[in-house]
Amino acid sequence: MSKVRYSAFKVLKEALSGHKGWEPVWRDAEPKTEGYDVIIVGGGGHGLATAYYLAKNHGITNVAVLERGWIGSGNVGRNTTIIRSNYLLPGNEPFYELSMQLWENLEQDINYNAMVSQRGIMNLIHSDAQRDAFVRRANSMLFADAGAEYLNQDDIKDRYPFLDVKNARFPIKGALSQPRGGTVRHDAVAWGYARAASNLGVDIIQNCEVKGFNIDNGVCSGVKTTKGDIKAGRVAVCVAGSSGRVMAQAGIKLPIESHVLQAFVTEGLKPVMDNVITFGAGHFYCSQSDKGGLVFGGDIDAYNTYAQRGNLPVVEDVCSGGMAIMPMIGRARLLRSWGGIMDMSMDGSPFIDKTEINELYFNGGWCYGGFKATPASGYCYAHLLATGEYHEVASAFRLDRFRRGAMIDEKGVGPQPNLH
Amino acid sequence: MNQINRIKGGIVDQSSELSFTFNGQSLKGYQGDTLASALLANNKHLVGRSFKYHRPRGIFTAGSEEPNAIMEIGTGAYQEPNTRATVTQLHDGLIANSQNHRGPLSFDFMAITDMFSPLLSAGFYYKTFMWPKAFWEKIYEPAIRNSAGLGRLSKQEDPDTYDKGFRYCDILIVGAGASGLSAALTAASSGAKVILADEDFLMGGRLNSETNEIDGMTGPQWAMNAVAKLNTMDNVTLMPDTTIFGAYDHGIYGAIENRANEARENNAKPRQVNWRIYSKRTILCAGATERAIAFGNNDRPGIMLASAVRTYLNRFAVATGESISVYTNNDDGWRTAKDLIDKGVNVEAVIDSRKISPVMEVPGARTFMNTNVVNTKGRRAIKSIKLSNGKTINTDTLAVSGGWNPNLHLTCHHRGVPKYNENICSFVPGESAPEGMTVAGRANGTMVLAKAIEEGHNKGIEAAKELGFDAKKSEHARTDNINYNITANWGVESGKERAWVDYQNDVTVKDIRLANLEGFKSVEHVKRYTTLGMATDQGKTANVLAIGVMSENLGKSVDDTGTTIFRPPYSPVAIGAFAGRRRAKEFYPTRYTPSHKWADEKGAVFVEVGMWYRAQWFPKQGETFWRDSVDREVRQTRASVGVCDVTTLGKIDLKGSDISEFLNRVYANAFAKVPVGKTRYGLMLREDGMAMDDGTTARLAEDHFVMTTTTANAVSVYRHLQFCHQCLWPDLDVHMISVTEQYAQYAVAGPNSRKLLQKIVDPDFDISNEALPFMGATELTVCGGTPARLFRISFSGELAYEIAVQTRYGDSLMRAIMEAGDEFDVVAYGTEALGVMRIEKGHAAGPELNGQTSAYDLGMGGMISGKKDFIGYTLGMREELQRDDRMQMVGFKPVNTGDLLQAGAHLVNIGDEPITYNDQGWISSCIYSPIMEHYIGLGFIKNGQNRKGETVRAVDLLRGNDVEVEIVSPHFVDPEGERLRV
Amino acid sequence: MIINHPLLGPRDSEEFVYLGSTDLINRPDWESGTAAEDFHQYQYIRENVAGDNPELWYHEQGDQSWLVVTRNTLTHEIKSVELAADYARRMGRSK
Repeated sequence: MSKVRYSAFKVLKEALSGHKGWEPVWRDAEPKTEGYDVIIVGGGGHGLATAYYLAKNHGITNVAVLERGWIGSGNVGRNTTIIRSNYLLPGNEPFYELSMQLWENLEQDINYNAMVSQRGIMNLIHSDAQRDAFVRRANSMLFADAGAEYLNQDDIKDRYPFLDVKNARFPIKGALSQPRGGTVRHDAVAWGYARAASNLGVDIIQNCEVKGFNIDNGVCSGVKTTKGDIKAGRVAVCVAGSSGRVMAQAGIKLPIESHVLQAFVTEGLKPVMDNVITFGAGHFYCSQSDKGGLVFGGDIDAYNTYAQRGNLPVVEDVCSGGMAIMPMIGRARLLRSWGGIMDMSMDGSPFIDKTEINELYFNGGWCYGGFKATPASGYCYAHLLATGEYHEVASAFRLDRFRRGAMIDEKGVGPQPNLH
Repeated sequence: MNQINRIKGGIVDQSSELSFTFNGQSLKGYQGDTLASALLANNKHLVGRSFKYHRPRGIFTAGSEEPNAIMEIGTGAYQEPNTRATVTQLHDGLIANSQNHRGPLSFDFMAITDMFSPLLSAGFYYKTFMWPKAFWEKIYEPAIRNSAGLGRLSKQEDPDTYDKGFRYCDILIVGAGASGLSAALTAASSGAKVILADEDFLMGGRLNSETNEIDGMTGPQWAMNAVAKLNTMDNVTLMPDTTIFGAYDHGIYGAIENRANEARENNAKPRQVNWRIYSKRTILCAGATERAIAFGNNDRPGIMLASAVRTYLNRFAVATGESISVYTNNDDGWRTAKDLIDKGVNVEAVIDSRKISPVMEVPGARTFMNTNVVNTKGRRAIKSIKLSNGKTINTDTLAVSGGWNPNLHLTCHHRGVPKYNENICSFVPGESAPEGMTVAGRANGTMVLAKAIEEGHNKGIEAAKELGFDAKKSEHARTDNINYNITANWGVESGKERAWVDYQNDVTVKDIRLANLEGFKSVEHVKRYTTLGMATDQGKTANVLAIGVMSENLGKSVDDTGTTIFRPPYSPVAIGAFAGRRRAKEFYPTRYTPSHKWADEKGAVFVEVGMWYRAQWFPKQGETFWRDSVDREVRQTRASVGVCDVTTLGKIDLKGSDISEFLNRVYANAFAKVPVGKTRYGLMLREDGMAMDDGTTARLAEDHFVMTTTTANAVSVYRHLQFCHQCLWPDLDVHMISVTEQYAQYAVAGPNSRKLLQKIVDPDFDISNEALPFMGATELTVCGGTPARLFRISFSGELAYEIAVQTRYGDSLMRAIMEAGDEFDVVAYGTEALGVMRIEKGHAAGPELNGQTSAYDLGMGGMISGKKDFIGYTLGMREELQRDDRMQMVGFKPVNTGDLLQAGAHLVNIGDEPITYNDQGWISSCIYSPIMEHYIGLGFIKNGQNRKGETVRAVDLLRGNDVEVEIVSPHFVDPEGERLRV
Repeated sequence: MIINHPLLGPRDSEEFVYLGSTDLINRPDWESGTAAEDFHQYQYIRENVAGDNPELWYHEQGDQSWLVVTRNTLTHEIKSVELAADYARRMGRSK
């Protein structure tokens, strides 16, 4: 088991000896025949974080994370790397704020530099009504101690001279800023959690696809996989993007649709912008990575799909959104596009819950906002799995909330997933 | 010296000299050159720096796969970063500058990072920069960001334009090389509509770079003839300089046509055209790309792909050096030596890693079989190579061929997975290419030219036949069968020396080994850990090589090692081209209301409302602050009469015998028995019970209603009604059409509104309080016979009407109303005064109907009938939505009437801390009321309807405002509703 | 994508607005004893089919017809397109 501690000193030492002393970042395991206390289905960011917090916070280390392909191959490896806790509703905001606090201490916690970079996130405002709505949201953030600032037109012009403040189709009248928002090196989150969990004894099993659940008398006792049946005290599904297909194997239908969200990155450019800019009215958001690429995206493709690819109308729409406010990017070239499958829930908010089958738990429905939630999702899911109780900040993320009428609908667009 | 490396011949016009500058130095080239060929003609090998170690970089390829020769083209706002010199057509006056270095290109200060390269191994940053905690964001990251990136954006608005176009064809052929031209000839001869596109500005593909004979002609001649023949056919569209960058669903392809082969400065023509091509069949004939071999210091300027050396020699008449060596693992590399000799260029040595006899005689050159290159020397240009047999050879160009990789990228755009082919030591298209796509020629792994031609020829026929065209049998072009034999050679043991795989991102064999050692064994993991293949060239020359290196590290077959797939775009595309004309002001359409011209004449201030521009207020001379105008407009309206353009409200005309029933199902309140000549307020819910929209609907005849919606929801409500009709109740006799822009509609409000309208309405029509009471609706004529509709409805709370005429009369009607109102001191009011009056009257609008509020929350629970089914009834009854402590809409006024109250503030009970747990609600709309003479607000607070009279705090932490407010009725002005009934 | 409109021929999907599964046609009976649960299932719980999915598209930039497009959510292949009103009648919807 790798217990190598990462440090500048260690890197220096290895540099002098040809980097021969490094060990695998995580231990590749095969399933134990005696089974596990908890099996986590899905080796993405959320699954790996769940494993880590189960081991670290609750001392539950007889845990396996089962991954169909390679760890981090889902949405944690396919997103626009943004972190923020700028939510409106009380069901959401404290949860995302916990996540932000976990991000802020992540590197020291897991001894892995995931490059958490709090360079700020800014939501542009174009009308009085939008300003009022953002002020309401800002106050929700401040009530939750998440921090928020209002930028007026002059502040924006000073800080971001490349924004077309006055002549845009929708002139920029102000912005809501969360200075603590920012970006994280997304792949490193999966690797860092994998390493930390593995160091605490968690088995990470790649190329192990779950093909079904062993359920008797309403109790789940393990999973059927491409590496055989594996027994488990509890099974925790955490496969956003594939939730529908995986839960169908347990006969459970979900308040979720699968949609594709495209995202884009340009060729590397010398630094032009230091924070995340969100142009909600134009369906465009953008930041610049530490490598220099402008990372940007917009709306989902709007139709149900499991194909990890999108179509041209959205590509053009997103680029138009960029050119509407940042006309300097016209000569920047779009280098790569990718499509991730989103669990679009019926109110735009996620689920961390038990299911109607005993010992089968579900985490999903993150829409296009799962990345920023990774630490808190793992933290709260581990809490639920270990204690059977809902964590205080995640107590609203229940599967039965639609039956009760307790929606958490940030956008107020109702039960139409492609609008969230 | 001018073009010292230029020789005779080539497909450049040596009589047409062009001037350009590189790093400020004036140089010459010819028409037909690329920037890269012109630089090489002038013996400029060092053209850039690598990303991480700032190693000197030379031109490596002759095509779109170029990792090294990327530069900034143009100056000022025209500066375009990261442009590949190898695909940039030379034009007179072109200005090119190298990028990513500090100080001059030849003495890059940042090259110091190369000395620290042992520290900067793959993924080093994940392991360090963590202590002390605060240093990452303050010191480490800024330093990393500072040195990040390649070229610079100008930071100015892109001054060029881009067009968007659509083309349709039966058969799209991607690539105009030997197989693509062959396919086009047969496909086109069948009469099918054919588009032939090639990324190069000169069609012909590799034929232009080679010395093959086809049908007794040189390759370029044959290609030129084929292109000329296709050009005469009406059913063929040739698209040179056009990159098919992506395969999308249902035969739709994205293409970028470059039109930038001339100076851009003040050039009114579009720089590029973004084409969307609709095809029924596609034949991918994109050829192949050569790859390198990993050996010690294989990245020096002067080390090039063997195919590129041939391209520069044969096509551009440039000998890249005076003593050239070739290093290969396949037969094709030998052609470089042969062509060089044939053109009189000295070949120093041919080194072949295979244990075979020499493939051909190369006069004057030393040949080394079963030998590898293990190291090279020369800081800014290669000087010598060291061989595995210990020999050192002085050379100024090393032509490397590690084999050819089919350009199968487009076959992967629908997530098809390529498969490894042992014979060609590379990947070929897998089974799951996009629907309708076939692959021919080298893109398909058919590496022998004669066979590639035949394959293209046949697939052209096949595609045409599949579409029902009569593709006649014909003879395909003939050329010699020249075999392609290869033995895999991914890299050679180079001891301590670094061997590059990805030249731009500085990924070496050691980095890949380290990644493997650290457990990153999936190709995707290695890519992400080392950044391999993530540079501007997307690893076109690197990816397959890396997989080969990995397979050796891991002791697995290449097949088992895996592959990466490709996503659009095939090569990078300017964001401006995707946006096309849709940018800046043209981002969304602009809509003006019928009174816009009049309002503009009156000096109105306009505001964007969705796509509309609406008059926000009408400043009078001397009014310097917006509220001066708004307060005046409100006072004058309430005192006498005001007019406001409300055309933007959605209008839906409904006819049919079942409209009453239909409306009764889509509105939450009762609509079954609205009398003819009456208007009713309607609240529309979503099926989940939340308020969706509201408006008024008038019954003009037994079977004829006209509905209004809010401006914001005009489109979505109409869509919803169509859904309800077509999908839920298809047999109801309901016909509807949106008439939002067919009618101009004005609100005329205030105590004198009737008097004013009586002057407009033709005398035949009685609009007295008796004839047209509150909520009455009628059709009449105005201004001497112009048909109009008049609704006695009020948003302001005053005696008020809305009058609608056909849009063509809108401007005249506004002028007529203002003229008629002169005696009443009529005022035109804008959206601000409209908003003030609706808040004074306590009407919910957008901020209250925000999709999170139910009819009950809005205080309209009483309107809901339990006796009928309607959209939103059942789910609106859910327990959580019926709780007493839901946030309910009420009015607020500051306890101290001098206090400022603003929307967005949250509400807490007196004495409570402003934290999430104590949150009681929020202020949704807020204005200064010139009638009440203090701020008033609408908002939502828990159990609000039972808390009137209670005092709470409105806390706005964002703007530092914290005031005590009283919970009151939302109806501030005329709560009894007397004024609107007079 | 291209949607082959039964009346208007092939049209780019940009002309359409997507809603979701045709399950939304089967609006439950509000007077049924199980109406509360029926409506919950109808509005919130989705089959989320991985395969052929009959779904509702609205021809907003066209004739304002609602269409049932049977499209494969794994490949995006469209198997059939028909008017939603016809489909709804087949499902028993009338007045």
